[in-house]
Amino acid sequence: MKIHEYQGKEILKKFGVAIPQGGVAFSVDEAVKVAQSIGGNVWVVKAQIHAGGRGKGGGVKIAKSLDEVRQLASQILGMRLITHQTGPEGKIVKRLLIEQGISIAKELYVGITLDRAKSQNVVMASTEGGVEIEKVAAETPEKILKETVNPSIGFKDFQARKLAFGLGLSGDVLKNAVKFLMLLYRAYEETDASLAEINPLVITTDGNVLALDAKMNFDDNALFRHSDILTMRDLDEEEPLEIEASKYNLNYIKLDGNVGCMVNGAGLAMATMDIIKLAGGEPANFLDVGGGANVETVSNGFKIILSDKNVKAVLINIFGGIVRCDRVANGVIEAAKQVNITLPVVVRLDGTNAIEAREILANSGLNFAVASSFEDAAKKVTQAINN
Amino acid sequence: MSILVDKSTRLVVQGITGGEGTFHTYQIIDYGTKVVAGVTPGKGGLVYNGSDQYPFKKPVPVFNTVADAVKNEGANTSVIFVPAGFAAEAIMESAEAGIKLIVAITEGIPARDMVKVYEYLQRTGARMIGPNCPGIISPGKAKVGIMPGFIHRPGTVGIISRSGTLTYEAVWQVTQLGLGQSTCIGIGGDPIIGTRFIDAMKLFKDDDGTEAVIMIGEIGGTAEEEAADYVKKYFKKPVIGFIAGRTAPPGRRMGHAGAIISGGKGTAAEKMLAMKKAGIHVVESPALIGEMVKKVLGKKVSKKKVFLISKKIKQSKIKSKKGKGKSKK
Repeated sequence: MKIHEYQGKEILKKFGVAIPQGGVAFSVDEAVKVAQSIGGNVWVVKAQIHAGGRGKGGGVKIAKSLDEVRQLASQILGMRLITHQTGPEGKIVKRLLIEQGISIAKELYVGITLDRAKSQNVVMASTEGGVEIEKVAAETPEKILKETVNPSIGFKDFQARKLAFGLGLSGDVLKNAVKFLMLLYRAYEETDASLAEINPLVITTDGNVLALDAKMNFDDNALFRHSDILTMRDLDEEEPLEIEASKYNLNYIKLDGNVGCMVNGAGLAMATMDIIKLAGGEPANFLDVGGGANVETVSNGFKIILSDKNVKAVLINIFGGIVRCDRVANGVIEAAKQVNITLPVVVRLDGTNAIEAREILANSGLNFAVASSFEDAAKKVTQAINN
Repeated sequence: MSILVDKSTRLVVQGITGGEGTFHTYQIIDYGTKVVAGVTPGKGGLVYNGSDQYPFKKPVPVFNTVADAVKNEGANTSVIFVPAGFAAEAIMESAEAGIKLIVAITEGIPARDMVKVYEYLQRTGARMIGPNCPGIISPGKAKVGIMPGFIHRPGTVGIISRSGTLTYEAVWQVTQLGLGQSTCIGIGGDPIIGTRFIDAMKLFKDDDGTEAVIMIGEIGGTAEEEAADYVKKYFKKPVIGFIAGRTAPPGRRMGHAGAIISGGKGTAAEKMLAMKKAGIHVVESPALIGEMVKKVLGKKVSKKKVFLISKKIKQSKIKSKKGKGKSKK
């Protein structure tokens, strides 16, 4: 799960991680109020959307008076912010973070995530802060320092010191950085985060170490033990159809194509998208209806797929293992009747009782094209689109 | 031959009295696997016969702890159907009791728990398969998992895969072409898993009963690249590969917790390239996995004809012809 920068900072603050003074604003008046309560004479107005690259897209601005805060807030709130991560349609800005202006001496990078190759968490630090870290990783990987965390001893002070010395820090700044890293790791660990990225981590001209930005993602599998984080979910940031699908416990991701697909199992669902593309079509979605496809899941799947107006044909690909194909076939027919489907539907069922299932579908009186193989299914569905 | 599970497997089912545990134990016993014990804390002493809907062919004694199951029934392999919140504990309990092969079916175990489990397993020397996986099967010998048994048939093709139904798809293609499998391992779709492609490759390398290996990967992580590197250096048997998720957008989790392209890493294109460079026969279409196996094995047999004392291959060929006839009926 993803959250906004201001929410990430709220969490960090609870763990004692140093962040700039600031607050969230949902309206222009609120923005000015937050700025007033912070005080000072420089503020930063930051658009809050889940995508990165906000600064370049014009969503982060500096104000040197309260009037300017008002003016920038009204300009950014409601704007369609387009960044390299939002796609061409962009995201409407509905929340702002107003922060005190910081006088920056140095910008660094710190990130914590799971190193899958080692099956351990890794704390990364780099002097190349404020830029795209992927670029640094690709071009100058030696500039990213790494400390892997042994789970039986945890992240230790000496590791934080190694990183801080490696960043060229010394004196009080070094002490502050070590403290920052230790607290950040604790926040990451205790919230079951999958990513805690501070880019940039700044050293202020007076020697403080602060998280100027904060990006936190969380392990979906662990949200059951973090009800407080669950309340931070912002449905405005999610695709409406995906929200709808999650109500039915369906695993759905919307894509840009026109061939809707419904599959049992995530791997097979991805493979089905791939084969549609190979056959010359474009998948409209990823949809995994789970290992056992029944009337309820299939009819909910139909509803979701058909709500996407780009969809011109539907491909159902079910491998009947422990669920028998004849049962799935009856489920598909029942579901198709329930949702009164008019688009061409290609069904491919294989596995247990597949032959019986094909007969059931062929004799259903419904407009199903029954595919004899995986490949045949992809061909039939792309033909249906082109006709 | 086969790897990891066979006729000597003595299985203990953790979470045997739950819904999933009951249903799949019923299927596992039906397949012919020796289920020697079940564990449900608090239900020790029960002799479990399954449910009315899924009655076991043979009753299974239930114990409070895995240690009791090992002591009393000589269990050497465990399969875990315990819910996600308790599964990490169940895995560690198994390892502590001296079980050497732990198959964790459970989906949705938090990564933080798995980091600890992984570390613990390194010290006990137990091997884990999964979590979030369909399990492992050596056709005709033992099934320790949730895969449909009947789609498999004994043969010489090893299969390693990160997914469930896509594995069944590949198995089915192989079976329908008249070939069969030595062992199929679903290694799981999570970021942290006990047995990776490379670990399974090492086992298949030394297995005389495996002539070729199918490797079915997914987007996310770098495990396929690691395995490709190993294949290039040390693995002499032919490998057939497929990567699911070429059309997946970056930053989105495609069902499996591990199937996500992050920071521009873990794309299907990178993985396929690494595999091709390692001499792996990569198929672009998931529909062609079986055919490629047949092609590759056919070539291999004809090429090395002279050198092979190939009783085994002849046998499997004869069997496969029979099998073909059967599947047409």
